[in-house]
Amino acid sequence: MTVTVSDTTGTNRPGTEPAVAEVGRGMRFTNWAAGYVDERFKLSGWVRDYGRKIFPDHWSFMLGEVALYSLIVVLLSGTFLTFFFQASMVETHYDGSYVPLKGIQMSAAMASTLDISFDIRGGLLVRQIHHWAALLFVASIGLHMLRVFFTGAFRKPREINWLLGFTLFILAMAEGFTGYSLPDDLLSGNGLRIIDGMVKGVPVIGTWISYLLFGGEFPGTTVIGMFYSLHILLLPAILVAIVGVHVIMVFVNKHTQYAGPGRSNDNVVGVPVMPVFAAKAGGFFFIVFGVIVLVAATVTINPIWNYGPYDPSPVSAGTQPDWYIGFADGMLRLIPPGWELEILGFTLSLNILVPLLVLPLFLALVAFYPFFEAWVTGDKRHHNIADRPRNAPMRTAIGAAGVTFYAVMWAAASSDLIATHFKLAVEGVTLALQILLIAGPIIAFFVTRRICFALQKKDREIALHGYESGRIVRLPGGQYVEVHQPLSDYERWRLVSYTDYQPLMVRPDKHGRISVAQRVRAAASRLFFEDRIAPVTKTELESQSHH
Amino acid sequence: MPRSRRTGRRSPLASVALLVIGLLTTGGAYALVTSSATASTTSASATTAEEGEKLFMANCASCHGIGAVGTTDAPSLVGVGAAAVDFQVGTGRMPMAASGPQAEAKPVQFTDEQVKALAAYVATLGEGPAIPADEFLTGEGDVALGAELFRINCAMCHNVAGAGGALTEGKFAPDLKDVDPAHVYEAMVTGPQNMPVFNDLNITPEEKADIIAYLEYLNDHPSPGGLDLGGLGPVSEGLFVWIFALGAIVAVTVWLTAKSN
Repeated sequence: MTVTVSDTTGTNRPGTEPAVAEVGRGMRFTNWAAGYVDERFKLSGWVRDYGRKIFPDHWSFMLGEVALYSLIVVLLSGTFLTFFFQASMVETHYDGSYVPLKGIQMSAAMASTLDISFDIRGGLLVRQIHHWAALLFVASIGLHMLRVFFTGAFRKPREINWLLGFTLFILAMAEGFTGYSLPDDLLSGNGLRIIDGMVKGVPVIGTWISYLLFGGEFPGTTVIGMFYSLHILLLPAILVAIVGVHVIMVFVNKHTQYAGPGRSNDNVVGVPVMPVFAAKAGGFFFIVFGVIVLVAATVTINPIWNYGPYDPSPVSAGTQPDWYIGFADGMLRLIPPGWELEILGFTLSLNILVPLLVLPLFLALVAFYPFFEAWVTGDKRHHNIADRPRNAPMRTAIGAAGVTFYAVMWAAASSDLIATHFKLAVEGVTLALQILLIAGPIIAFFVTRRICFALQKKDREIALHGYESGRIVRLPGGQYVEVHQPLSDYERWRLVSYTDYQPLMVRPDKHGRISVAQRVRAAASRLFFEDRIAPVTKTELESQSHH
Repeated sequence: MPRSRRTGRRSPLASVALLVIGLLTTGGAYALVTSSATASTTSASATTAEEGEKLFMANCASCHGIGAVGTTDAPSLVGVGAAAVDFQVGTGRMPMAASGPQAEAKPVQFTDEQVKALAAYVATLGEGPAIPADEFLTGEGDVALGAELFRINCAMCHNVAGAGGALTEGKFAPDLKDVDPAHVYEAMVTGPQNMPVFNDLNITPEEKADIIAYLEYLNDHPSPGGLDLGGLGPVSEGLFVWIFALGAIVAVTVWLTAKSN
């Protein structure tokens, strides 16, 4: 019996079979249990197929894991919070132990959040864990996306996974915003008021949508309950489902790796899931959890007891959304005053409509960039080797421009704090950021592109002539030369192996015509690849080694 | 012995007379001393204002003008009251170091007596808000009402946590942490810099005392959640999570994937 099981699971090697007769009670139970499970769930097949999956080792490949682990922490802590939170806007008088709010009128949502903070054992810690983990979740998604973008890991066959990841980023923001609104404190109420204002800025349908969303005039009495359902039910369900698909896709497509000796588009070099990677990942989960708990135990987040209950009349100085919504708030702040039109007695609020157009456009560019790049290069091959950012100058430059654009919007959300902390006029800060919003990405684009070329040239130089050793030799003729230290083949591999694209030629199709799309594509391709540093070729290397 | 004494030269009325003389002497002396004390207080107040005038002439008149009637550089101080002087000079805002968007708090340039002397002098120029009585500055009051009043009246400039905020053209509402209760009260009644005046009809002295009680509560009770990151809300939280939390985790990932040399 035992022998059969070990055969099907393949866990026991033939050489270990004679030991079966002498196994103890514990071992026999383990074998029985393993067999029991395997016969019913066919686990051995899974272990065989996926247990030996290889994961390459690089620190930047662990950022997605950080997002996954902080999501688990968010789910765990959030479940605890649901036990005590009341998603109701019914008015009540606070009667908990925080003195400066005693007897103050507030919603049940706010009162129960205060109770979680002050009267439920461990409540404040869990609340802070939940909020810090949520901030970390979105931040690690952001960093993970940047890694994937700048290494070109979104290329075929991973474009769909990029889209899924992008969807997760949007869902994470939606989760964050609904969660931020739930306590019904002054800060979150002001955030909702901004959303209400933006919705109402949409011509014709805006007012209707606002009344639908808030169940009447803002703030109404229904929005917290609705957001609660979205926050704990609908959005997490979609989020977790997509996370599952996202991770499975990584298994299916295998992980990308950086170029190196023995690494190609057709293999993956690294450690297997079982046992090394799984052990490392399991340990890493607890490290991430530990960092979150350490931060939550020592640093205040969202002190709703300072903000007080929501009341539509007061607005605090320094009212900002959580960081991941900051770029949208910043865009609103950057619109110059007076951007309004009056047509036939109707006011068209361009100051709201422009951000409402710019933000989705920016996000759409992020989402669909992989498809755009694939169209420009016309490259249908699988790419499992991650690029070094310098070896794709155009992509890196576009990415740098996008990061700058986002960063300026983000900074604008804290324009008032920049003004007070650096002793500047807030109007000056806003003007500078308005200029930077347009000029910054352009400057970043050209500077980054040039830096990439320079680094590629340096790589080329090193690949061909080796490192400068710093040793100066005087030749018999009196001439001084610096001795260059040649690279090992392993080091050189890293520098010379990257995809070299060339501008597409415009070619007539089978009817002998050149379509407009063809011309546009050729023009885009020229923009991308006309200026380029070609990788060192074998011939060049050989001719160099004869010197 | 006693009997011979009683029949001696002391008459039965002697003790009564002695008592009367004693009472008269003590009472008279007391009256004399008390009246002279009153006189010296009055003269001290007069000298304080005089002292204040001298200080004013030496330190303030170059901008505020002789007799504090104002010049093109600075406003008249007639009628601003002692509270305004105690606030502006007592927090170091006056005398200003340089022209700027607004007078900034800096180390106080005068001793407490000198500040009071200046305040007394300016108070003689015209009726204005007086330095508040100690009963409103104890920090005892309805903290919850004070907090609510603070959120409604103060938070839009000073931030809900009293951390301060930006105003236009480089002006700002300052951080209220550890500000002297008297200065908070005086600021409310005099409206320094860009601050509006909250007079006693708008916010009664008792309500001002409640607001002070709330601010004192914030001073005495550190944030229940740990470090408060300056009370600046989501901006400092976002920076913290990116720099410290994610920074620490990235450091760990580098460590986990490091190759042994």
